Amino acid sequence: MSAVLERELVAPEAAPERRPVSTRLLWLGACTAVVIALVLASVAFGTRAVSWHELVTAFTGTEEGVAQAAVQARVPRTVLAVLIGAALAVSGAVMQGVTRNPLADPGILGVNMGASLAVVTGIAFFGLTDPTGYVWVAMLGAASAATFVYAVGSLGRGGATPLKLALAGAATAAALTSLVSAILLPRIAVMDTFRFWQIGGVGGATYDRIGHVLPFLAVGFALSLLAARWLNALALGDDLAVGLGERVGLVRAIAALGAVVLCGAATAAAGPIAFVGLVVPHLCRLLVGVDHRWLLPFSALVGAGLLVASDIAGRLVARPEEVDVGIITALIGAPFFIYVVRRSKVREL
Amino acid sequence: MSAVPVPQVAARVAQVAAGRRGRARRRRSVTGVLLLVVVALFATSLMVGQTFYGPGEVWRVLIGEPVPGASFTVGELRLPRATLGLLTGLAFGLGGVTFQTLLRNPLASPDVIGISSGASAAAVVAIVVFGLRDGAVSLVAVAVALATAAVIYGLSYRHGVAGTRLILIGIGIAAMLNSVVSYVIVRAAQWDLPMAMQWLNGSLNNATWSDVVPLLAALVLAGGVLLLLGRALDTLRLGDDTASALGIAVERSRLLLIGTAVVLIAFGTAATGPIAFVAFLAGPIAARVVGPGGSLQVPAALMGATLVLAADLVGQFLFDTRYPAGVITGVLGAPYLIYLLIRTNRAGGSL
Repeated sequence: MSAVLERELVAPEAAPERRPVSTRLLWLGACTAVVIALVLASVAFGTRAVSWHELVTAFTGTEEGVAQAAVQARVPRTVLAVLIGAALAVSGAVMQGVTRNPLADPGILGVNMGASLAVVTGIAFFGLTDPTGYVWVAMLGAASAATFVYAVGSLGRGGATPLKLALAGAATAAALTSLVSAILLPRIAVMDTFRFWQIGGVGGATYDRIGHVLPFLAVGFALSLLAARWLNALALGDDLAVGLGERVGLVRAIAALGAVVLCGAATAAAGPIAFVGLVVPHLCRLLVGVDHRWLLPFSALVGAGLLVASDIAGRLVARPEEVDVGIITALIGAPFFIYVVRRSKVREL
Repeated sequence: MSAVPVPQVAARVAQVAAGRRGRARRRRSVTGVLLLVVVALFATSLMVGQTFYGPGEVWRVLIGEPVPGASFTVGELRLPRATLGLLTGLAFGLGGVTFQTLLRNPLASPDVIGISSGASAAAVVAIVVFGLRDGAVSLVAVAVALATAAVIYGLSYRHGVAGTRLILIGIGIAAMLNSVVSYVIVRAAQWDLPMAMQWLNGSLNNATWSDVVPLLAALVLAGGVLLLLGRALDTLRLGDDTASALGIAVERSRLLLIGTAVVLIAFGTAATGPIAFVAFLAGPIAARVVGPGGSLQVPAALMGATLVLAADLVGQFLFDTRYPAGVITGVLGAPYLIYLLIRTNRAGGSL
C-alpha cells in the first residue's frame, strides 16, 4: 500500500496550466456558437419536427399553424433548460471550489434532494401553493442539506475529504429520496408531480415559472461571480489564502450561499437534476484552465448547452414519449463521475 | 511467557474458555430469538388483513383443508406474499453480509454499490422491453448482476482495489442503472407508479407463486453454498495472508463467495425489486445483537427476513395509505446509513 501511495505522490496529475487569453476567447466563441445552435435545435426538434421555414415564420409571426404553435410551445422549456443548466453548472463549480473537492456537485452532495424534499413537505403539510414560496422553501432545504452533508463529511480526522463528502452526500440523498417517496405516495393530488420531484425535467416549463425563479437565479449568479476571485485564493489552501489577506470563513460562506441559491432555485423550477454540476466544471477546466473568473462564466455557457442537448436527446430517443432530462444527465454524468473517481489519487480516496 | 506460573496460565485458559462459551451461548440464544421473531412475523402476515383469521383457521389452510373465505384470502393472497417476503429477506440478508464481510466494509453492500440496481434494471428491461416472464427474468437478472459486479470490480482496479474507490464507483454505477430503470418505466407507459415503486424501491405487492419458486430454488442452492463456505468467509476476515496461511484458497473462495452472493441478490431482486437497504442493514444490526466473534451468516439472514416482513406489515397497516415495503425500509435505512457515517468519521477510522 505504501509503495502505491508513493508512486501516486511522486507523479501527481499534471495540473491544467494557464491558457492564453486568445485561446480562451476562441473557446468562448466556439461554445457560444454551439449553444446557439443547440437552442435553435431545441425549438426545432421534438415529437413534431418542423421545417426551417416554419421555424422562421413562428418567430416573425407571419403565419399561424400547428408547426408554429409547436415551436412557440418549445420556447419556454428551452429558456428554462438554458437557465437551469447554467445555474447547476456554476453551482457545481463553486461547490468544487469551496470544498476543494473534485466530486462536489449539487446532485451528488444531496443538496438538490434537500430542496426537493423541502418543497414537497411544504406542498403536502403546509398548503404551499405560491411559486415564489417554492423557491424560498427550496433554498431553505438546499441550505440545510448542504450544511448537514458538510458537517457529517467533515467530522473526524482529515476534515472534509472528497471521499467522506461524497459518501455523506450519497447517503443523505438516499435518505431524502425515501422521504420524498413516503410523503408523495399517499397524496393522489400531487401524484402527477411525483416524477418531477424525484427525477427532474424541464417539460412543464411556463414563462410564469421562469419569471418566479429569475430574480433568485440573478442573485445567485451575482454572488458566485463576486466570489470567483476569492475562490482562486481558496484553491491555494486555507493557510495561504489567510496569508494573502482573505477572510476564509466569510469568503466560503458567501460563495456557498451563491451556490445554494442557484441550485435551490434551479430545483424549485425543474426538480432535482444531478451530475450537470459535476461534469461541466471539469470539462471547462480543460478548456480555460483553473482561474475561476473564467471558469464560472464558461461553466454557465457549457452547462446551458449540456442541459439543452440532454433535453433534445430526451425528446428524440423515446418518441413519442419524452424522457426527463434528469434521466439523461445521469446516464451521461455517472460514467464521468466514475472517471473522476478513478483518476483521483489513492491518498484522497 | 515462561515466567508466568502454571496455575495462572490455567486460570487464564479457563477465563478465555468461559468467555467463548458465554459468547457462543449468547449467539445461540439470540439466533433462537430471531428465528422466533421471524416465525411470529410470518404468522402475523398470514393472519392480519382486511379480515382477521385466527391461528386455527390459518393452520387449517396451511395443511390444505378447505376453509370458506380463508382458503382464498390466506392461501392465495397472503401466503405467497409472506413467503416471498421471508425468502427475499433471507436472500438479501445473507447476500449482503457476505459482501460486507468479504470487503471488510459495511458500506460495501450490494444495494449501495449498485449490484441490486443492475439486477433491477435487467429485470425491468426483460419484462417491459422483451416481454419475458418469471424464470427467464431471474436468469437475465443474474447474468446482468454478475456482469455489473465484474464491471465495478474492474473499474475499481488500479494498483489493487481500494475499498473506498470501489464504493464510490459503485455509487456512480447505481446512479446510472437507476436512470436506466426510470427510462424504461417512462417508455413503458405514462409513468406507471406502482411499477416504478417496485423497480426503484422494491415491493411485495403482486406476489405470486411463480415469483416464489425460482427464488426458493436459488435460496436453497446458493444459500447452501454460502453456508458451506462460511468457515472460509470467517477466515478471510482475518486478512488474505493469514487466511492463506490457515489453508484457505483465498482467490478461489473469494470468487465463489462473491459470485454466489450476487446470484442470491439477483434472484431476490428479480422477484420483488431491490427492497431498499435490507442487504445493507441486516449485517450490521445482526452484528450488534449477536455480539463479537463467530459467523454472522445465519443471524443476518434472519434479520433480513425480519426487516422485510416487519416493513411489509408496517407499510400495509400502520398508516392510512399502503406503502410498499421498500419505502419503509428506505426511510428506516437511510438514517442508519448516516449514523454509521457519523460514527466512523468521528472515531477517525477509515470506512
